[in-house]
Order: sequence, then structure tokens, then C-alpha cells
Amino acid sequence: MDKPIIEVQSLSKLYTLGSIGATSLRESAEMLWAKLRRKPRLNGTQLTARFAPEQVGPVPHSFWALRDISFSVQPGEVIGLIGQNGAGKSTLLKILSRITEPTKGRAVLRGRVASLLEVGTGFHPELSGRDNIYLNGAILGMKHAEISRKFDEIVAFAEVEDFIDTPVKRYSSGMHLRLAFAVAAHLEPEILLVDEVLSVGDATFQKKCLGKMGDVARQGRTVLVVSHNMASILSLCQRAVMLKYGTVDRVGPVQEIVHAYLETSKPEEVVALADRHDREGDGSVRYESISIENADGGSTIRTGSRCKVTIRYKSAKPVRYARFLLTIYDLTHVSMFQLDSEATGGLPDTLPAEGTVVCETDGLGITPGRCYVNLELIRGHQLADRITYAAYFDIEVDDFYGTGKLPKREWTMTVMKHRWKSTPADGAPA
Amino acid sequence: MKVEDIAAAGSVTIAPHETIIQPNQAWLRVDWALLWEYRDLLALLIHREFASKYKQTILGPAWFILQPLMTSIVFTIFFGRVAKVPTDGIPPVLFYLCNQLGWNYLQQNISTGGSIFTSNANLFGKVFFPRLVVPISVVLSNLFACVLQLGSFLVIYLGFMLLVPGTKGLHLTPAALLLPLLFFHTGALSLGVCLWMSSLTAKYRDLNQVMQLLVQLWMFASPVIYPLSNFPVKWRWVAELNPMTAILEAFRLCLLGIGTLTPESLIMSIAGTVVILLTGMLIFQRTERTFIDTV
Repeated sequence: MDKPIIEVQSLSKLYTLGSIGATSLRESAEMLWAKLRRKPRLNGTQLTARFAPEQVGPVPHSFWALRDISFSVQPGEVIGLIGQNGAGKSTLLKILSRITEPTKGRAVLRGRVASLLEVGTGFHPELSGRDNIYLNGAILGMKHAEISRKFDEIVAFAEVEDFIDTPVKRYSSGMHLRLAFAVAAHLEPEILLVDEVLSVGDATFQKKCLGKMGDVARQGRTVLVVSHNMASILSLCQRAVMLKYGTVDRVGPVQEIVHAYLETSKPEEVVALADRHDREGDGSVRYESISIENADGGSTIRTGSRCKVTIRYKSAKPVRYARFLLTIYDLTHVSMFQLDSEATGGLPDTLPAEGTVVCETDGLGITPGRCYVNLELIRGHQLADRITYAAYFDIEVDDFYGTGKLPKREWTMTVMKHRWKSTPADGAPA
Repeated sequence: MKVEDIAAAGSVTIAPHETIIQPNQAWLRVDWALLWEYRDLLALLIHREFASKYKQTILGPAWFILQPLMTSIVFTIFFGRVAKVPTDGIPPVLFYLCNQLGWNYLQQNISTGGSIFTSNANLFGKVFFPRLVVPISVVLSNLFACVLQLGSFLVIYLGFMLLVPGTKGLHLTPAALLLPLLFFHTGALSLGVCLWMSSLTAKYRDLNQVMQLLVQLWMFASPVIYPLSNFPVKWRWVAELNPMTAILEAFRLCLLGIGTLTPESLIMSIAGTVVILLTGMLIFQRTERTFIDTV
């Protein structure tokens, strides 16, 4: 009959917009002026497309960043907090870290809390690495004796042994980051609140951080993680809370919640490429349209189907050295495969200014589920066009192995034809 | 009572660390136990203030002594020699140097601790610790400079007594043993002012611009460049409304044996300090709760 270690009971937070930013008399006056000026524009006929309908109307003076948030966490659980930008994740974490106060409701934390909203908070550039370890540790809530005990371990983890008495301002940014994370990683709270810290540093460092976080979780501590990186949420957490517009949308096993989140956060319907204005690149060549069908021209794509991708592109003049690059992702934004015209070759060096290229594949071998396509067009070494989530397609079940059996997407992404045979101990074929 | 009853009944074990987060309605509630838990941070912040201030300067901590000494020389030339402000018969250099002990401490505290929130906004937005640790660390770290200054003052004082005739009237009184109390008094007063200024500058940034001016005006209103005895007796009570007046006169009385201090003025100064400190804590506390929402 354990009591939950974190208990959040109808927590709400109201932000008053008037007090945000109005920090001087002059600013107050400016805000008033801006408000007076905006009125006629909103009522007038010159509504630009950028004004979404719900934004038209009186400017709200306050809004609920969190409304009636309730959930609880059992000791030893690692729980992920996910949601789109503005869903209230950071506000919730700030309240639980006691950086700001809730407007209503309450939360009970039964254990020593440490929060890690940023690595390297409070580092002083003039002080040495040694001094900063102590200072940063104390800011995060560690006792002097505790830091002394772990000092060597921290220095070794950060790999800064030779520079420990050098002022931190002379550190490279990588060393700075490693030292900061090393201190934070050696906190031993009962409850750890973490925000997006994994999104910093290079891949090796991220891996190291993730590993350390996993260790912390395995030691039976309770961890609450906020992240946009679904892969790390999936690998760290057992349960997740999904926030939506400041309320708890759903709570449950992490797989289920992450999939629900990804389903809702992706565009329901892929917009026609012609209407996509959020492109990157210099725009010298642009994707006009893309269509994906099976080799026979049908629209159903199955696990073993051969595919035909047809791309229309457009440019002002003939295109030299164009490289068409399609990356196919799954729901969790993990790249499954790429179609790369440079890797295969086969396209002429110069393409007409406007035209169609077709890419044909062998049998896919991808388990059933949704696939998203990112498009990139590179001309020479210059990015000409990039569209993320340009299209999606669903892979349907087929009898890939001829046995009627097929693994699910949760188990694996790819399948391939393979054969088994058995050999008795004497070596002769059975 | 309730908690003890429940614990005695044995039905509930109370966790050693239980944090309850809810909107705070209390007017003045300082969590002293929590503050004590963060004493290591306090020590490290003091170290940080002290160590970072004079890193990469040629003279280093010597500035703690040189800066007030130079100010005193400037004051001696302009107020003593040119404007001929009387100094109660005390050699002007000693007079100004003694006044600098108290005033410099206050001024240093306000200039480093008068905008705690705005200058630590990034830190406060990322990690929780009792915010009161920061202003307290400022006031304590500046105390080190005071001790150094006091030492240099005593050396110069001794030199005067040995070498310059006509300083016979000056003498260290046993009251000099009360100096720690005076520093404590000054520290408490400046802590109160820092809490006020920090809270106000958090809301109205413009105040950062006028803070220096306000401190300067306060200096002219305090007996720093003139002794209180310059005031007509009838109007002294007006000057004594300023808590710094009694403090500065007390410094001179303790160290030089000459000063205009009445029990009433001292009591008024202490009362004023208590009021400023308590109201400062109150407003500081109200500000720290939601300050980060307005950054």
C-alpha cells in the first residue's frame, strides 16, 4: 500500500498577460497604444490569411496554461511527459520544481527532489572547473560532503581531469557541457525532474546521457522526463502523460501514449505539395508533386510490394547534377530507408527544366503501418528544396512469407525472405 | 498536534522529505529549516562573489583597501580643504576613512544586491533554492572587504597617533569591541534595502537606472561628509530618522571617541532597520513566488 511519490491534484496555472512584459511605465503605455491601434484592423476588412479565425476577437488578458491537472506517480516509476509546444509541459515542470507557484490546486512530492531544467545552470565563467562543480552541485541541492565524495567520479565522467583548475571560460563548449551534465548526473535525489536536457550535445554525448539516465532509473528512483524526442521517451519510460492545451489528455503505458501523440500531432491529411510554403532550400528547383503506387499501378502498397514513385519537378532552367533524395520515416521519426538518385545513379547529368522522374523499387519488406516521406532535392552541393512530411502511405498486410504470418510494426520494421534448415549432429543433411 | 497524533497511532509513516506545492497565502513565511539546509550553497556563493570580483585584476583584493582610501583622499581634498566642511576636530583623512567603513559596506551591498532578481533571472528560472540565500550571501561576502578595510584603517589610525601631534583627543574606546554589532546592524539594514530594491527592480526595470542616484542622495543625507554635530540641535531628529545617521556616528564614537549619539537615535535606527528588514523580506517573498512568470 505505497503512497504515490508524486501526487498532482487539480493543479492549475493562470498567466496574466497584462503583467507579462509590462515592467515599466513606458512599456505599459506602449501596450495600451498597440491595443488601441490593433482594434480597427481587426474590425476592418483587411483580414490577412495569417489571422486564424480563433485569433480574431478581443485580446485575452489571461489564459490558463494548466487546467485541472491530476495524475500520480508511484515510487520507482519513470514517467514521460509529452505534448505539443504550448501544451503546458514546461509550466508543469516549473511548478513541480518550485520555480513558480500554481494558481490553484496542489501537488505533493514525497522525497528529495532535484530538477534538471538545463545543464550548467549557475556556472561561473571566472571560476575553475573544481569550484564550479561544488557551486553547481550546491545549486542543484547537493551537500558539500556529498560532492566531495563523488568529486573524482564526476571529473572522470566529464573527462576534464587535466583542466580541473582552469577557469571554465577557457573550456570548449563540449567540455563545458560534459562537466555540467556530469554534475547533474551524480545527483542522487529520490525524485528527478528532467526537461529536454537530452537534446544537447553530439550523438555520442547524447548516448552517454541516455545511458546514465537509464542507470538512474534502474536504481529505483522516480524520474519525470519532458522531451520531444519520442525515441528517448520510449526507451526510458514505462508510462507517459500526454498534455493537450493545458489539460491531461491521456495517461497510460508509454507505447500507447506515444503512438496516440504521434497520430494526433501529424497532419491528418497531407497538403498538396503546391500548397506547401514551409520549404527550405534556395528554391532553384522545386518538387511539384509526388505519387506512390505499386509496380502494377495500383494504389495499395503491401509489405512485399514493388513500388513506383513518380515525381514532378520544376525549375527556371535545365537542371544539372540533381540529386533526388527521399527519406521514409516511421511514426517515431526513425528513418527506415532512403531512395537516393545519387547513390544508385541512372539519371542523366542534365535534366530538362521541367519534367518527371520515376523511381522503381524492388520488394519493400517493410512491416504494415504508416510511412512518412521527407523530400530533398540537392543541386550540386546546394540544397534546392526540402519538404518534411511531404506525403505518407500505409503499408498493408500481405502474405509475405507465404505462411500467413507477419510480424507487427512494434516488433520490427523490416522483413526479408529467409530460410531455415536443420542439421543433425552427425553432419549429414536431414 | 495532529501530525503527532497520527504518528503515535502508527497508521501513517511520515516521509522525511515531503514537499507540498500549493498557492501560498501566507504573508510572511520564511522556511528557516530549508534555508539552513542550503548553508553549503550560501558558503559557495560567498566564495563566488569574493573570488570572481577581482579575478584578472592586477591588484586583486588590494582594491578592497585602495578604493575607500582613494575616496577618502578625494573627500579630504574637496570637502576638507576646498569646501572646508568641519569634521568635529578629527583629521579629515581619518574622519572620512572612518565614515567609509560603514557607508562603503552599505553601498557595496546595494550595488551588488539591489537587483537580485533581474541579474539572476536565468538561474532563478531553471532551478529552485531558497532565493533568500543570494542576498544574504552578498551581504556576508562584502563583510570580508569590511574587515580588510578595518585593518587598514587601524594601521593608518595608529600612524596618525604616533606621528601627528594634535590627535591626542582621539582614542580607541572599549566600545570598539561593539564594532561587530555595528557591522551586523549595517548588514541587516542593507539586507533590508537590497530586498526592497531587488523586488522593485524586478517589477520596474527603470529603477535600475536611478538606483545609483538614490544611493548618492542617501549619502548626502547621511553624516558621511559632515558630522551630525553640524546640524542645529533642534533639527537633529530629522537627520536621525535616517537609520544610517546613528550607525555612522556610532562608528566614529567607537573608533575615534567623538560622535553625536543619543540612546533615542540608536533605538530609532534599530527600529527602522527592523521595519525595513521585515517588510523587505515580505515583499521579497511575494516577488520570488511568481517573479519568473513576468521575465
